[in-house]
Parts: sequence; structure tokens; C-alpha cells
Amino acid sequence: MESTVLRTAGLSAYFGDNRAVKDVTLSIPEKMVTTIMGPSGCGKTTLIRCFNRMHELIPDSKVEGKVFLREEDIYAMNPMIVRRRVGMVFQRPNPFPTMTIYDNVIAGYKLNGLELSRAESDRIVKESLGKAALWNEVKDHLRRKGTFLSGGQQQRLCIARALAMDPDVLLLDEPTSALDPKATAHIETLMTELKKTVTLILVTHNIAQAGRVSDFTAFLYLGELVEFGSTGQLHTAPRDKRTEEFLRGKFG
Amino acid sequence: MDRERVKFRIGKDKAFMALVILLSFFSMVPLFLILFYIMRNGLSSLSWEFLTELSKPVGEVGGGIANAIVGSFLLVVIASLPAIPMGITAGVYLSEHKRGRLSYLLRLAVEVLQGTPSIVIGIIAYLWLVISMGGFSALSGGVALGIMMLPVITRATEETLKLIPDSLKEASLALGVPYYRTILKVILPAGFSGIATGILISLARIAGETAPLLFTAFGNPFMNLNIIKPVNALPLLIYNYATSPYPEWHSIAWGASCVLICIVLILNFVTRIIAQRWKVQF
Repeated sequence: MESTVLRTAGLSAYFGDNRAVKDVTLSIPEKMVTTIMGPSGCGKTTLIRCFNRMHELIPDSKVEGKVFLREEDIYAMNPMIVRRRVGMVFQRPNPFPTMTIYDNVIAGYKLNGLELSRAESDRIVKESLGKAALWNEVKDHLRRKGTFLSGGQQQRLCIARALAMDPDVLLLDEPTSALDPKATAHIETLMTELKKTVTLILVTHNIAQAGRVSDFTAFLYLGELVEFGSTGQLHTAPRDKRTEEFLRGKFG
Repeated sequence: MDRERVKFRIGKDKAFMALVILLSFFSMVPLFLILFYIMRNGLSSLSWEFLTELSKPVGEVGGGIANAIVGSFLLVVIASLPAIPMGITAGVYLSEHKRGRLSYLLRLAVEVLQGTPSIVIGIIAYLWLVISMGGFSALSGGVALGIMMLPVITRATEETLKLIPDSLKEASLALGVPYYRTILKVILPAGFSGIATGILISLARIAGETAPLLFTAFGNPFMNLNIIKPVNALPLLIYNYATSPYPEWHSIAWGASCVLICIVLILNFVTRIIAQRWKVQF
């Protein structure tokens, strides 16, 4: 059995009195792609935003239960440290508009005031852009603004920015929902490449995408974890009726 | 069968368009008339000496407005030093906390302050500073002008930051960047052009304010750089000289108006350049 990098125990998340995530317990295996799948509004995004303590930034929100990162309770850690170890890529590409491509990649260091030597930052930029499969396209324009890139390139720049911090886990919140099919395919190929070095948690409502890229799949419905298993098993022989109906396109 | 009707509609459309153009044109007329009059009467008195010399007693030819230019500059600096950081901070607070009791009170205060007549602000500065310090001073005038700048800068900052997508803030926070650094290094730079525009507009506005200076900065025929002494300012000089009975003083007032208008125009041009040059594309 694979080792677990991140696990939750009885995790619930609230917006005011509304319980968006209900008592979720699951273990995310290391260096795999785990998909959180489910219809819109089922709490997928809220769930992963508990993994890097972004949920608590919303006024009136509340988290119950525990999340462990390598058996360390993240709600007992400093949120700044948690967020450096658990990177995040958002639905819409959001490079920093005032920064160059180069500065976007090392933004995590620059904005945190961490000193880097010139050689070190050059190395991190090259490596991260390489991992995000963007280096060849931008290596001659590193001093241009990141917002000049196409949507798909911007999203890969955001992936490079997250990878530059060398995180244990990378959360991808519907990273392709704002991209065209070609850019989507590119990001999907990239994910299978990335899992060699980092654990990926992908949120999607695209069943086909979950099938293509992930090793494990969690099905979330109305905030509840309905089923969790290997992607192959869950897609071909779901144990729960709701999973089967979702996969057959009855709702969602 | 509908041809007549279509023709009628096209005609109505054209008439409406003509009306819009005509009215827009009329709204530009006052500005050009003002510029025309000031240039016609003021340009003749402009010279290097006019800008660099002090005023001369009645009856003597020549003399300049150097003390008023320096005084206006001094007042603007005194006003800006507290007003810019306070205005930006208040604007950041308002955009970060859209609801809440303090936001409500702050927003109300900004609105009321913006609508407060400038002479009332002058009276407040008079009560606070002139009376307690025992005399008219550049400091009291600067404070009065600073109070006038405050709501403009706060509003501009809030409106600018509201347009910055939340995703930008999340991008920074998700990298483990503390909140205060996110505001200082991500949000404020992204809003730079809007905030700078607000500051310059507020400067252009207070540069021509007369009423709050009448019983604060008071005016001074001599050069003064001491902030606890009375100081002259361009609008004060214009007010005093234009209401005097001497024709040579009238022409100095026209010249000073010309200088003031030029400063305001330059500020407006710089504002436009900044807004374009540092425009951030999200």
C-alpha cells in the first residue's frame, strides 16, 4: 500500500450555518493523482480549500475535524507554513499582473521576503518552468509580463509558481475549466508527468477527465464523501448507487 | 408599407444624435471661454521675473508671485504628508471590509467630508490650530487642505481596489504570503495607477482652493518657509489682488490665474499619462 501524505478525520466545513462539507474522512496517497469528483455545488472546492487553510479566510466560515499533512495537524500549524507546503492552482489563471514571467515564478519567495541568490533563483525559475512544460515557450521572454501569455500558458505559469515552492501536495481546483480543449489536453499530460515528483489533488466535475488522469477518485455528493477508491474500480464498478447515477449522467 | 415608418425612425435617430453632439459641444464651451479669458489677460504679465520675484508695493511697476508659488507648494506638501497615507489606508480598509460597523461609519464620514463646504473646513482648522497656536500659519492651511484631500484619495483607493479580482489576493495568500505583505506587495501595486490618479486629482483640486485658506494660511506679502507663520498661496493672492482697487494688481491676479490654471492642466495631463502607462491588465 502507498504511503499517505495527507489525510482528513471527520472533516466538516461551514459557511455560516450551512455545512458544505460533512464529516469527510479520507487518505490521499503520495505521488498519485487523486480526483475529487462530483456535481457543481457538492463541496469539492470547499473540501480542498480546507487542505491549505484557505477556507477559513471567508468571513463566518468554520472548520471542524482534523487534517494531517504527513501526520502533522495542519490546524495546529501556522497557516503561512501550511500554504507553502500545500500549493494551489485556481480555476482561472491568476498570474500577478504587475510581475514579469520570471518574477511570477519566484513570487512565493519574493513576496514572502525570502532571500535568494541570483544563481539560485535562476535555477528555480528554469526548473519550475521546465516541470510545468512552459520553459521552451517562454525562455526568451522571461522579462515580459505574465499576462501577455495565452490562457493555457498562464495556467502553466501558475503551476510553475506553485511548484517553485517545492510543495508536498499540489491542489488543482478545476484547473482546465477556463481553457480550450487543446490547452486542457496539455495540462492533463502535464499532470501525469508531475505526479512523479508531487502529490496531486484534482477537483473536477468532468468525469472523463477524472478517468483519464487520476489514480484514485473520491465522489462527493451534497457535501458527503459517497465513495473513495481506485479510479478504475470506481468508474467500472461503483459500489454506491449515487456514484453510478452520476457516472451515467443522471445528474450533475 | 413600412418604408415611411423606417424613414421616420432613421430621421428621429439622426435628430437625437445631433442633439447629443450639440449638447456635448456646449458643455465644453465654458472651459474654453475660461481658458481664453485667462490666457488673453494673463499671458502678457507672465515672465521669468513674474515667477521668481516678490511682489512690489502699490505704484511700482513689475513684481512677481514667487512667494505665492512657493507658499502653495508648501501648503500642498503639508496637506499631502498626512492625507496620502491616511487616505490610502482608509481606502484599503473599505475595500477589504465591505460590511461592518467601522466600514459603515468610515464610508459615511468620507461621504459627509466630501460634501462639506470648504469654508467650513477652514473654520474647523481655524478653531483647532489658529486659535490654539495663537496665529495664522501655513500648518493650519495645510491641515485644512489635507482634510479636503482625504475623502478624494480614500474614494479613489477604494474604487480602484474593488476592481482588482479576489483571485489575485488568493493567489498570493495560497503561496503562504502573510496578509499584510499581500496588501503591500500585490494589491497596492496592482492598483497603483488608480491610486496615483486619485492623489493627483485631489492635488489639482486643493491647489485652487481659496476659502479654507482665508483664515488659516491667511496670506503673506513676503517669502516664508516657516510652517508656523502665515504664508501666501496662489488662490489667496488672486483673491486679494483681484479685489484690490489697483489696475496693476489686477494684471498680476490674471497672471497668477494663468499660472494656477497651467499647474492644474499639467497635473491633469500627468494623471492621464500615469493612468495609461501603469494600467494593469488582469
